[in-house]
Amino acid sequence: MASLLLTRLRQGKRTLPFPDAEPNLPDRFRGLPVIDQSRCRVGCKACVDACPTEAIASDGSLQIDLGRCLFCPECVSACPEKAIELSHEHRLAASTRTDLLLKPGQTLKLADRLAGEIRRVLGRSLKLRQVSAGGCNGCEADVNVLNTVVFDLGRFGIQFVASPRHADGLLITGPVTRNMYLALEKTYAAVPHPKIVIAVGACAISGGPFSDHPEVLNGAGNVVPIDLFIAGCPPHPITILDGLLRLTGRIEGSAAVGKSS
Amino acid sequence: MTISLPSFHSGEPVALASVPCLPVRQFRAEIISAVHAGSTLTALFGAPAENSEIHLFGVLADSISSSLSALSAKVNEAYPSLTVECTQAHWFEREIAEQWNIEPQGHPWLKPIRFHPPYRLSGAARTPLSGATEFFRLDGDEVHEVAVGPVHAGVIEPGHFRFQCHGERVLHLEISLGYQHRGVEAALAGGPNKRAIHLIETLSGDSSIGHATAYCEAVEGLSGTAVPPRALVLRGIALELERIANHTGDLGALAGDVGYLPTAAYCGRIRGDFLNLTAAICGSRFGRGMLRPGGVLSDVDANLAGELSRRLDKALKDVEDATRLMWDAPSVQARFEDTGAINAATCKALGLVGPAARASGVERDVRQDAPSGIFRFAQIPISKWNTGDVFARAWVRWLEIQRSAVFVREQLASLPQGPTRIAVSPMAPAYLVVSLTEGWRGEIAHVAITDDSGRFARYKVIDPSFRNWMGLAIAMRDQQISDFPLCNKSFNLSYCGHDL
Repeated sequence: MASLLLTRLRQGKRTLPFPDAEPNLPDRFRGLPVIDQSRCRVGCKACVDACPTEAIASDGSLQIDLGRCLFCPECVSACPEKAIELSHEHRLAASTRTDLLLKPGQTLKLADRLAGEIRRVLGRSLKLRQVSAGGCNGCEADVNVLNTVVFDLGRFGIQFVASPRHADGLLITGPVTRNMYLALEKTYAAVPHPKIVIAVGACAISGGPFSDHPEVLNGAGNVVPIDLFIAGCPPHPITILDGLLRLTGRIEGSAAVGKSS
Repeated sequence: MTISLPSFHSGEPVALASVPCLPVRQFRAEIISAVHAGSTLTALFGAPAENSEIHLFGVLADSISSSLSALSAKVNEAYPSLTVECTQAHWFEREIAEQWNIEPQGHPWLKPIRFHPPYRLSGAARTPLSGATEFFRLDGDEVHEVAVGPVHAGVIEPGHFRFQCHGERVLHLEISLGYQHRGVEAALAGGPNKRAIHLIETLSGDSSIGHATAYCEAVEGLSGTAVPPRALVLRGIALELERIANHTGDLGALAGDVGYLPTAAYCGRIRGDFLNLTAAICGSRFGRGMLRPGGVLSDVDANLAGELSRRLDKALKDVEDATRLMWDAPSVQARFEDTGAINAATCKALGLVGPAARASGVERDVRQDAPSGIFRFAQIPISKWNTGDVFARAWVRWLEIQRSAVFVREQLASLPQGPTRIAVSPMAPAYLVVSLTEGWRGEIAHVAITDDSGRFARYKVIDPSFRNWMGLAIAMRDQQISDFPLCNKSFNLSYCGHDL
């Protein structure tokens, strides 16, 4: 008993002050991509060609799709003018798929809180059933970690539950494999109304690195309606928590602009 | 052995022409006799050949020298199965049948493992519905069946488990996977392309460094690239940090599964401290974007090395503190000991790898048997135990955490000078390379075969989970069904790593 108490003392209180204080992210954290198009050479498509998931498109002006972006260093390394930077901005949650499409200089419109009746029902107590549908266990692990003492998800009234019948919504990871399509559909149907769906990670939003494989359905949005998109590969746990708290209205306002690293 | 096979090492390219192509009966006999003499079947897989034939390849690891050898045979519709005489071939042959529409005749349990249409469409190929299959079934008035999954209770990947029970006692467990099948091997064929490394990093997302190491060493072998020493050391550090983080998480989860919450809570947090060390090196907690063929993209300067070392020591002290509670708690040990035990003979017969094998006293660790990269110069002692139960699988993890930490600390203190990446030449045409890495779950095996233009004609991935799922099924025999979560966690296998 004494050793238990001593250990308890030594381990200390480790819960992050988030969202009251800014999160402490690693120096090399790769967040919201920021493009300075004024530096682009005419006709240069180095970043478009380097991107493994076709997240960057160019029709004269560049456009980046955060839903496809793996936040990998390929575009940054490829750019001869250092016009792309992966900033320290960790806030990457949006309410619609089109909000994730950004032109250079455009700010990301961060996710809205749930509206009206559904917020009254779910805003203070949100129970989620997680479904991995081809996820690589990266997103799953960084969702799971929200249950640790570090993030202590329970203090926000959010909890992962075992049965879809006990849930208010689904949190989906993975590109949705054909082999999980039926299970995902059935799980969604088993959640009582009103319900919400959250897509976490590039795979669940667009298929990610597996997009257009014949074995996958290019994301959860092709199977069920999505209320919250959280970009990343995988998103940092703080990014996921930020998205959940915006949805329930615990964090409000301000668009993500990309703090320089 | 009746013929002499080419002998080579992990990462060493072999001309395809020097791999003997035998009549299938001889191919079969050679593999069976080598395995009976103690060799391990590292890989057994098919690749497309001319005239719609399938080229079967077998890779063997010698039990004494650990050197590798390869042999092959061409088959069309069917061939005599190896499994009855060589249990290690069981899962491999089911994979071959599913991928290439071939019948290993006489296979005792020929069923799909991933439920996808075959790569080679001939005969009556159809798309199977995942999980729709006959399961092994016990009959009897008091026997009942429990079906779990694919969607489970936790935040976890999908799989289906079918238990045959007598009361609480599990007589048989059959595991049916494939729900995570994303077509990775098919997408890698014809490469490498710009997506390849990202498919590898997400192959089994908690083993990004392990799989990326195997992939890079395969490409570097085929292209004759000598990776700078500084990059090799940084890769080794990242690999061991991945091991420490995952083992720490597993120890916490094991404590959680027996309701011992202090260790569960502390280790859940400390796992993150280790992941954050990897993030301090490369920006990603899972090591995404760190390894590339030719070296690494992230460097560690003296300041960062010092900081990593300090944080490592602190987190290690925390794990020791947190797990001591669990080792000293009789209520925990009573649940861990004698639960889900498998012996060394079973491990060898099934070809199990990683901590699961070492917990049963099997001395098998790529870092010692087939070292590559920095492990050729800096050895980490093998950690093993002999009881093969949940306790042993937990204890081996704890031993490995400590030994990996010593390694990381030493390497951080003596980083070699020089570049971290060099250019990679084109890959040699018509070559084969076998690349082995000891991931935290065990042996990761990649086999790459190039075509006449130096592209991947076939890229075969064998995640440790591919070998170990059968170990979990066997470990559950004669156990209480209520101990399944505990046994499952003690293996902690990857679904997507298996499903590819």
